[in-house]
Amino acid sequence: MKHLLILGAGTSGTMMANHLRREISPEEWAITIVDKEETHYYQPGFLFVPFDIYKPKQVKKSIDKFIPKGVQLVREKIDRIDKDQNLVRLQNGREIAYDILIIATGTDIAPQEIEGMEGDHWHKDVFDFYTYTGSKNLRNKLKDWEGGKLVVHICEMPIKCPVAPLEFAFLADSFFIHKGMRDKVDITFVTPLDGAFTKPTASKELAYLLDEKNIHLVPNFNIERVDGEGKKIHDYGGKEVEYDLLVTVPTNMGDPMIERSGFGDDLNFVPTNKATLQTQVKENIFAIGDATNIPASKAGSVAHFEAEILTENILRYIRGEELKAHFDGHANCFIETGHGKALLIDFNYTHEPVTGSFPLPGVGPLRLLKETHMNHLGKLAFRWIYWNMLIKGKHIPLVSSEMSTAGKNYEEEAETSPTS
Amino acid sequence: MIEKTYAGICVSCNEEGYLTDLSQWNRQIGTEIAKEEGIEMSDRHWEVVNYIQDQFKKEVPLTIRKIGKSGVVDIKEFYALFPEGPLKKASRISGIPKPVGCI
Repeated sequence: MKHLLILGAGTSGTMMANHLRREISPEEWAITIVDKEETHYYQPGFLFVPFDIYKPKQVKKSIDKFIPKGVQLVREKIDRIDKDQNLVRLQNGREIAYDILIIATGTDIAPQEIEGMEGDHWHKDVFDFYTYTGSKNLRNKLKDWEGGKLVVHICEMPIKCPVAPLEFAFLADSFFIHKGMRDKVDITFVTPLDGAFTKPTASKELAYLLDEKNIHLVPNFNIERVDGEGKKIHDYGGKEVEYDLLVTVPTNMGDPMIERSGFGDDLNFVPTNKATLQTQVKENIFAIGDATNIPASKAGSVAHFEAEILTENILRYIRGEELKAHFDGHANCFIETGHGKALLIDFNYTHEPVTGSFPLPGVGPLRLLKETHMNHLGKLAFRWIYWNMLIKGKHIPLVSSEMSTAGKNYEEEAETSPTS
Repeated sequence: MIEKTYAGICVSCNEEGYLTDLSQWNRQIGTEIAKEEGIEMSDRHWEVVNYIQDQFKKEVPLTIRKIGKSGVVDIKEFYALFPEGPLKKASRISGIPKPVGCI
């Protein structure tokens, strides 16, 4: 009996367990998945919790609910991968040998990376919304916040769901208008990039959004430290921004287990082939989702497309065939803009987000890079799709893992820059 | 796409003045782009440029942190060499695209 081991039962790991249990023979291959958590969170919902659009209980379910029969779930912390011995050591001392390993340990916030970010002010007037606790605590804060300077901030790239901070700023505008206190709240968006929108078509189509919503922009801000007492953030270039309420996206890092295993880049992301999803660590180790260093967005939709391709490549690897190098970096994301509207973007490694219709070329019903109510309904419907189709590894009709250019308005030749 | 002439050589740039093809780049072009950014190139500048181009060729996304940990330069010196928006300026001088998000 051979053994396939998956580390991490989040979005990517759970999808892989579901795909592979269907595809490979239980008589020949045992599958084990390891995760210390008991709860599977619907992470896109963390954006809505602070504004009371979703209740906390709507974004969590038990992890084992989604692990298919025939896959053993081990609830234990991972100590390290011993790639030379082909085994994984757990923190309780147990060792699990594998023939094939899939790393799906994701990314987490690392507020400790920024001087002064943690401290008495953490979750009092400095918040994240990338964790269940952070989004819930922020909801409680916003309930009776009397207003002031709200600063929405990105520490450094890459981050999970790169548009979420901007969506947070848009939803905050909408939220305070509905509360009748928008005039008491000053919203500033602070980013290390050179704008809220950095790609040509998106910049052209969406530049109006910040003005329309009266959101101030501080670009090219590389944070050095947080002054929690003085309520200021400082950048390396000497700039400072004052806040009353700081909603920050801390540095995102891969699991510390990657570092303990002796590989990973300076942010603990696993060096991975961006087209095959085989790691550069060893040929029987694959990686998927937020845990990799590939230049695709760290997002559930990306992981979903990767899962279809990685499944095919694992089957090829088992049969001793050459891997197919066809992950194209496809991402498909809804972007909430507030007031019941959303944008939709569909892009990959080489094609920037443009206008057009999706998923049916020329028909829609969704519109790319345009604010519509239908797109917002699409985002809300996605929670059902996530729980009932996506993590169960079911194919989502009309949306293929490789991006289609049909129905999209490309003006120029495809760009070739890597995306962080 | 726009064509611009640096050091007597015609190169393709995007609307923001970033080269679209690193193979067209040479040190003279880098020096002239640096002048447009108000920077006089020194050996230290070139060391950073070499590092940035090397990372770009390996498809490693560049961040301030990565440059700070590169062993080539620390973040303070990186700011001193390429004041205000160092990553953006250094990318342009190096002939690679500016760092971007997904939209």
